[in-house]
Amino acid sequence: MPADAYEPVIGLEVHCQLRTRTKLFCPCPVVFGAPANTAVCPVCLGYPGVLPVLNREAVSLALRVALATGCTVRERSVFERKNYFYPDLPKGYQISQYQRPLAVGGAVPLVRADGALRPVRLERIHLEEDAGKSMHEVPWDDVPTGSSLVDLNRAGTPLIEIVTEPDLASPEEAYDYLVRLRRLVRWVEASDGNMEEGSLRCDANVSVRPRGTAALGTKVEVKNLNSFAHVRKALEHEIARQSDLLARGGTVVQETRLFETGSGTTRPMRSKEEAMDYRYFPDPDLGVLVVDDAWRDSVAASLPELPDARASRLAASLGLPAADAQLVCLSRPLADWYEAAVAAHPSNPKGLANWLLSELLARIPDADRQAGRIPLAPERLAGLVARIDDGTISGKIAKELLGAMIESGKGADELIAERGLVQLSDEGLLREAVSSVVARSPEQVATYRGGKTATIGWFVGQVLKATGGKANPALVNRLLREVLDA
Amino acid sequence: MIEGLLDGPAHELAAAVRDGRVRAAEVAEAALRRAAKAKEAHGSFLVLSPETARAQAADVDRRIASGEPLPLAGVPLAVKDNINVAGLPTTAGSRILAGFASADDATCVARLVAGGCVVVGKTSCDEFGMGSSNENGAWGPVRNPWDPTRVPGGSSGGSAAAVAARAVPLAIGTDTGGSVRQPAALCGLVGVKPTYGRVPRYGLVAFASSLDQAGPLARTVRDAALALSAMSGPDPRDSTSLQGAPPDLLSGLERGAEGLRVGVLAEAEGAEGGLHRDVAAAFRRTADLLRAAGAAVAPVSVPRVALAIPVYYLVATAEASSNLSRFDGVRYGARQGEGDLGELYRASRSRGFGPEVKRRILLGTFALSAGYHDAYYGRAQKVRGLLARDFSEAFLACDAILCPTSPEPAFPLGSKTGDPLSMYLADVFTVPASLAGLPAVSVPVGLSSEGLPIGMQLVGTAGSEPTLLALARAVEKASGAAADRPPGAVR
Repeated sequence: MPADAYEPVIGLEVHCQLRTRTKLFCPCPVVFGAPANTAVCPVCLGYPGVLPVLNREAVSLALRVALATGCTVRERSVFERKNYFYPDLPKGYQISQYQRPLAVGGAVPLVRADGALRPVRLERIHLEEDAGKSMHEVPWDDVPTGSSLVDLNRAGTPLIEIVTEPDLASPEEAYDYLVRLRRLVRWVEASDGNMEEGSLRCDANVSVRPRGTAALGTKVEVKNLNSFAHVRKALEHEIARQSDLLARGGTVVQETRLFETGSGTTRPMRSKEEAMDYRYFPDPDLGVLVVDDAWRDSVAASLPELPDARASRLAASLGLPAADAQLVCLSRPLADWYEAAVAAHPSNPKGLANWLLSELLARIPDADRQAGRIPLAPERLAGLVARIDDGTISGKIAKELLGAMIESGKGADELIAERGLVQLSDEGLLREAVSSVVARSPEQVATYRGGKTATIGWFVGQVLKATGGKANPALVNRLLREVLDA
Repeated sequence: MIEGLLDGPAHELAAAVRDGRVRAAEVAEAALRRAAKAKEAHGSFLVLSPETARAQAADVDRRIASGEPLPLAGVPLAVKDNINVAGLPTTAGSRILAGFASADDATCVARLVAGGCVVVGKTSCDEFGMGSSNENGAWGPVRNPWDPTRVPGGSSGGSAAAVAARAVPLAIGTDTGGSVRQPAALCGLVGVKPTYGRVPRYGLVAFASSLDQAGPLARTVRDAALALSAMSGPDPRDSTSLQGAPPDLLSGLERGAEGLRVGVLAEAEGAEGGLHRDVAAAFRRTADLLRAAGAAVAPVSVPRVALAIPVYYLVATAEASSNLSRFDGVRYGARQGEGDLGELYRASRSRGFGPEVKRRILLGTFALSAGYHDAYYGRAQKVRGLLARDFSEAFLACDAILCPTSPEPAFPLGSKTGDPLSMYLADVFTVPASLAGLPAVSVPVGLSSEGLPIGMQLVGTAGSEPTLLALARAVEKASGAAADRPPGAVR
């Protein structure tokens, strides 16, 4: 079978850092970028005699994600110890959840090309603590060559692990899933979702099988995926590698592979036989985690309207195209911004969406779009669109004004007055301008009257030029036709 | 007067300090002197803490002067070396923690100090609490003040030897499978293993977290009750500590045995490894004595006690294998080995841990390993649940179960060190209550034909410490054993 006769089956495991003030089992602050080993205490350092005490705020944040993805929350879940030795794991075990996770089931919907939603099913969401960080290439002279340093500031930071079913059918879908998952965890304020700060980390499980068959192939786990782009790239490489292998009559080995950013390829890390035996067992220092109905319901009640629901509502109630509604719901602050603009100028939500999506967002970086840091107050855009809608200015003028509004912080009306930009809609004046253009352009008139009516645009341009761009284009159009078609 | 007070029970000493008859500072000096002698004679103390003791005693004297009613005013306290005391070394009897000093007090220590206790030193123990003879510590064995050729029991052997030798009237130990009760029995003391969760575990170097409990070793039941009262109660730093106020242990202490039902453990006579003749006789005598004091005494069966030892050595070692992973030489304690990370781990742990600890880490690692997890750890947990059910059924017919604490009195040093299994059987009567999370008290009932103390154990339902202590008090009163004084007592 040729290599392209295989299709991939992908599942993702995403570690998502919860935005709590303190760590999962001790009162140390959760910080990023602090001097090494300054946000630590005997508990997260694993000193003799200390005990973990669960941070219930972390559970509430995990519940927000679980409920937002429609998971079933287990009334009783269990923390277990995952035992292995590593210097950045102070206790010699990580407190995680294993046989009884906090939540199971649920889904994250992807939007298909036709606008319909396709759910990516979740297997589970569980809570666990993060490890510290090891530094193997030490840049300081006073540290002996070959030694490693450990920073335990991150040790004990609360994470949720979100595990999908093998529901993703391509690297693009995997990418799309990650984008939508990140939007969701930010939307419900459970995580800041910053991949560059390690708030989101991803491992991928991927196998291939002959296209159209049902049985799953041998899966390979790919680690060290530090960005969404890396996930896509690593999957593309891994799918090609496995497909080629099978096409040449080989077999895929069940193993864990590391993605190498430089080459864009994966290399073996450890085989199934070398897999760690983590010797999980329930952590006797922590009782069963009980999430009763009252807790679950209070978290559910505090959730905001979720992104897909909000996009549907905006599409239905404001007449936005589904795709635009999704774009407006890129982030919760952005959707809030948009709805504030609509509130200030309720008669043209579609116009506001167009201006926001095609003019404003184009001017700012993605991080600002995510954070809803729009360089203009929503009321300002509403004011601008209102002036287009009432014919005071043309769209062309409005585009120029937008930049000035952002720079000066002034409103549309103020700038229109300052610059004398009020659109020329005086029929008498415009009629004169139209007559003058027609009179000095006999050749063009003949062409038009010869049947090439599309040349009307040239006449409109001439009139606009003659009026310094202020002429109302719609009115000019009508007057020109009156003269030319007469 | 101070010497007399140190020979007597803690509650009388506390009363003397409260009444101003003696100052805590003077008591502390005398106790430090005695502790130094006991350290020399029996190896019971690993380290004395004169600075801590003097500061705490001065504080007690100030608080007494300002009218604070301290229940344990000025009582010198010895603390087992696997319990944290701020500023003092904590080695848990292990080389791997050589040089380690604790940053803060264990909750139980802080509470005893708040109640007026003065910490005079840390006591020797089996490494990480693993042992029944105090021969497994890195810093040498402890001798029994009743006979220096014999063991004091373990793993809280240093604490027991210190109290028996009259160095201090009160000590605390930890009990995972009998480590307070068995040395109490072998040294002629009262020892209490509270209901699991009654005394917070914060500050105890964990051996087996689902079993570990700190408890007092004292010369009288009242002293043990006073100390346990101070130690008990919920702790926000220990999620497994019992919520709600602990029961009053003192007001009913003298109620006697009248009207209480005592079950005599039917399985005790046929225990694996046998029962020493004098212990068997003392067992019968204690039952008679309780009957005479008005208790309804009848045999009771807890069929699965016979399984307790194998279950314990799977559950406790599994937890220990994980709890001891943090001792890796990376952050604190003794780091050994040159070369790579694997060598650092290998050398630090191979040289840092003693043979019994290694044996248990290996056992526990095996019990949790893939392919064996269900057959060993999983099955042990199931049997543990069934054992607890056996106890629940037995307690339908009685208020407390009586059995020996140890199958034999103190045995000679070195007599069991070559045979771990026979050593494990020393805990055959204490392990069941640990597995079921039940409270148990060991109370001295007299001496063997060789002049060695014998202790009996009373086990009750969760939270039944008041009943157990009242029964123990009735036994203490009737036997008069609290007056027995070991030949090795210091002055």
